[in-house]
Amino acid sequence: MHTAGQIFILIGTFFMFLGGLGVFRMPDVYNKLQAGTKATTLGFMSIALGVGLSQPQWLVKTLVLIAFISFTNPVSSSVLARAAMKRGIPARKVTKND
Amino acid sequence: MITYIFWLLIAAGLILSIIRIILGPGKEDRVAALDTANVIGTGIILLLAFQFQSPLYLDVALVYAVLGFMETVVIARIMENNKEL
Repeated sequence: MHTAGQIFILIGTFFMFLGGLGVFRMPDVYNKLQAGTKATTLGFMSIALGVGLSQPQWLVKTLVLIAFISFTNPVSSSVLARAAMKRGIPARKVTKND
Repeated sequence: MITYIFWLLIAAGLILSIIRIILGPGKEDRVAALDTANVIGTGIILLLAFQFQSPLYLDVALVYAVLGFMETVVIARIMENNKEL
């Protein structure tokens, strides 16, 4: 059980690193929001599941954390993208509209 | 030994997003990087609970997640309502 928790925490920290790298490297506000939010949501879920699996009496609190993050993180990303679009921030030149 | 790898990876993610907060070109880039840094900070608090084997940090992580979400939504609403800010 301890080894399974450590494997989940390793996957989660790797996705947290990918989220930071995406925020650092992407050229645009919308690309930064997409890369940062999705990768850190998956990374946080995996870290919380790993911590809960390594100590099984903590599993209820970490499941509450997973549910809370999976509700609030898309909402904050959507609100930020809408604020950037209302302020008229242009997308990158390569981006095409339908 | 494997905990060094956890801390190294998550510190690299936090440092990259803090660099983007410092030298981001626009205000929206900075707020997007701040949102990412908040979620990574909540993950760091969970890793502290794993490292020290103490369940107190789970409550701290829950409160920090609520406050980070409120912060992002309030900043986005203020930026949306007055354009010259």
